[in-house]
Amino acid sequence: MTVHAKTEHTKGSGTTWVGRSIRRLEDPALVSGRGRFTADLPAAHWVRFVRSHVAAGTIDSIDAPDGIGMVTASDLKGLKPIKPMLSKFNYVPIGQPILADSVVRFTGECIAAVYAPSKDQAEDFADEVNVAITETMPLTDARVALADDAPRVHAGTQHNVIVEGHIATPKFEDAWVSADRIVRVEARSRRQNATPMEARAGHAVYDPLTERVTLTCTTQMPHLTRTAVCDILGIPESELRVIAPDVGGGFGQKMSLAPEYVLLVWLARHLRSSVAWTEDRRENLIASFHSRDQYVELEGAFDGNGKLLALRGDIVANIGAYSCFPTTCGVEPLMALAELPGPYDVRAYDCRSRGVMTNTCPMAPYRGVSRPVITFVLERLMDKAAGAFGIEPTELRRRNLIDTFPYTSATGLVFDDGTYRETMEMAIKAIGLGAFRKRQEAARLQGRYLGIGFATFSERTGYGSPAFAARGMEITPGFETVILTVDPSGFVEARIGSSPHGQGLRTSLAQIIADEIGVDPQFIKVVHGDTDRSPYGWGTFASRSLVLSGGASLMAAQKIRAKLLKMASHLLEASPEDIKLEAGAAHVIGTDRSVTIASMARAAYHQTHIFKGEIEPGLSENATYDPSGTFSNACHVAVVDVDIETGNVTLEKFLVAEDAGLIINPMIADGQVHGGVAQGIGNALLEEIIYDETGNIMTSTLADFLPPTAREIPEIELHHIETLTGNTITKAKGLGEGGAIGAPAAVISAINDALKPFDVSIDEMPATPQRIRAALRNSGKLP
Amino acid sequence: MTDKSDITLTINGKAHAIRVEARRTLADAIREECGQTGTHIGCEHGVCGACTVLVNGEPVRSCLMFAQQADGKQIRTVEGLARGDEMHVMQRAFMENHGLQCGFCTPGFLMLAVGVLERELDISDHDLVDVLSSNLCRCTGYQNIIKAVRAAAIEMRQS
Repeated sequence: MTVHAKTEHTKGSGTTWVGRSIRRLEDPALVSGRGRFTADLPAAHWVRFVRSHVAAGTIDSIDAPDGIGMVTASDLKGLKPIKPMLSKFNYVPIGQPILADSVVRFTGECIAAVYAPSKDQAEDFADEVNVAITETMPLTDARVALADDAPRVHAGTQHNVIVEGHIATPKFEDAWVSADRIVRVEARSRRQNATPMEARAGHAVYDPLTERVTLTCTTQMPHLTRTAVCDILGIPESELRVIAPDVGGGFGQKMSLAPEYVLLVWLARHLRSSVAWTEDRRENLIASFHSRDQYVELEGAFDGNGKLLALRGDIVANIGAYSCFPTTCGVEPLMALAELPGPYDVRAYDCRSRGVMTNTCPMAPYRGVSRPVITFVLERLMDKAAGAFGIEPTELRRRNLIDTFPYTSATGLVFDDGTYRETMEMAIKAIGLGAFRKRQEAARLQGRYLGIGFATFSERTGYGSPAFAARGMEITPGFETVILTVDPSGFVEARIGSSPHGQGLRTSLAQIIADEIGVDPQFIKVVHGDTDRSPYGWGTFASRSLVLSGGASLMAAQKIRAKLLKMASHLLEASPEDIKLEAGAAHVIGTDRSVTIASMARAAYHQTHIFKGEIEPGLSENATYDPSGTFSNACHVAVVDVDIETGNVTLEKFLVAEDAGLIINPMIADGQVHGGVAQGIGNALLEEIIYDETGNIMTSTLADFLPPTAREIPEIELHHIETLTGNTITKAKGLGEGGAIGAPAAVISAINDALKPFDVSIDEMPATPQRIRAALRNSGKLP
Repeated sequence: MTDKSDITLTINGKAHAIRVEARRTLADAIREECGQTGTHIGCEHGVCGACTVLVNGEPVRSCLMFAQQADGKQIRTVEGLARGDEMHVMQRAFMENHGLQCGFCTPGFLMLAVGVLERELDISDHDLVDVLSSNLCRCTGYQNIIKAVRAAAIEMRQS
């Protein structure tokens, strides 16, 4: 069920493609088996990586029988390591070698690569490689790694801390001591894996004619992949083409540079041939980028009315053995530091945040980045405070949510217009909170434990280079460019720098362009994911593509529109103000005079003389957009039924009231929320990467690491408010990550609400049946 | 391990005479020996269901079957769903109900749903969700997949 509270759209040409749930242009190929994914490409050589079977140690020897094609670190002398840079926060720059060079630092780290004519043979060869490693004591827990006597994952760090930030507002102590009540939460989010259904894959082919390599791979950032690989190999960017074909989900895991891709390009150049690697699921679970793994201690100081006066926090993020490129491992702890106060009005803030290295797989962005965890922790604090004050959790939130805009947070973020209170009130009404409380009471009398949980949050979206520059990143992602061309046949092509992987961006951008220039979206081709064809851009992450590529598309389309009107004015002998663009033609309003866009396009290239030098030849415009960013917001509600005998949690209902500004395609927007919520539910209840004490991963199959199935995800009810932001030119705010941000907090909150009679607090995700049962047993209150 | 056998895989009515090792999975054989890359491989250990195809009408995880076991049997893959330019009702339902995002798991879901409905058209909504819970999707949150399959089931019952 979906309810739209307000649909007030701005339309370029007066047509109405924006705001409609048109079918996706991407779909016909994908439902026919004609999608083109990296693993579909044939290659002369298949590569298999030999990976470390231990978490920490020194390599004594690597032996392979004669006749096996193998590459080790000694073959790669002169190659630079992957070395992401930050110029702030006491960041310690540490490089990651493409193949481990004498030391291994996590289970699954690449030690060698073997190649053979077939995948099976490459696997056989890899089995025959014998790696001898002298094991050393591994660190898997960030808090243990912080100890004075802990070994160092890399020399040169203090207490294994690679990045550290601290924000303290002036007069914090004054606010703290004036409070009536201090509420404390100590929470943990376990390590997780984004688990796109398509694991990573790369295919590199050397072209002897041009001496270039084409790398086709599952990346969210093709242009930056090219830059990074060329930097490491020391070759000009013109020698490498990177293609991201159809990509089977990314969720952040395909954003960071995989060392495997560097090796593939090196090997294609070395062999002057084609090489391919498809990651298997085990590799993906143990050695692709992990996420979340954080401890947060948070204290809130409240006045007698439940108003939050001050917030004090300590964040410890387990960032693994290396820093990820390009965002660096600061992405989680530093975003958490800046955004922890979330949607609540609190003027005093004192927080420290550290990224700690351990002998575990490197951490990288995953849908939501830091906010699923900080929202979970902050909402636990709000629930506990509500309990302390003896009021409804929603009432405590009501007293603290920001409601005047623009609002400058204690950490300096400027929130544009949002609906933090309105979405919560909408959610309370839609879920029927009063009636639920009565049902909950009646159920308890029958020994059934129902619970309701609310999560309100802000989602920083659509930000360009200023936001990344503020982090001190050497590489500051940001702008997006669109080249919009009407070719001589009258067909429209938009070449974009962004690189979608399932979001339906082609369709949404076509809708924006269609409204401006008066053509049907199905005649607009959106070209992406190919560094030879698309302008330099940053890709798809951080709920940014629709905002940035959409903004650039709109700007470019406005230029095309202006030119078409000028041409039509010339050809129809009418004033541009009297001409409308509609259904593929320019019409003089109120007459039957018109000229098709196709014939104008033909004239723009082939009959330029008719414009007498007054209009420039050709019909192509480009535009670049680099906004400062905006904030989406939402309130998520979970209703759960907890079986106290088994610890099993059943989700009865999930409701989202969200505001992401103007919705371009409601069907696509709802789908993004659904998917995010499902991942959030998985994070809350099921998904956990488990290391044993030796640093070995116990969850290396999908029978151990458990994404939710259709059985675990309830119907998600969606409500929308559309606040038309002035911070983006399309008035859209972006919403790709939001579902994943609010859902974990709402689900854990609902579980705790259900278990109130037992006076327990589940402050850890995932809240597995084992953890819930352990808490219940320890409560001593089981019937 | 490297001894090869001659087998015939009949995929969407077309016979492919191929030579494979005993260890070759049906999924790999369909993709690599027969060039039908619409069938996707997501886990190779029988959990995700992305590689689901129909073998003699039954949904099968082609990563858990050896190619030799399918010798002489009728195999249907996503490439065989449409008739010419006319999409199968299930393909249309997925597009109309936004039952896919990245599209990687989609062929497996389509074959699973078609296989189940061809066998049991009157399956209850509850049982249908149970069946669909055997495949994993990471993008859609499942509800539009469920909606799509239910819509297709209604249309298939009517025709």
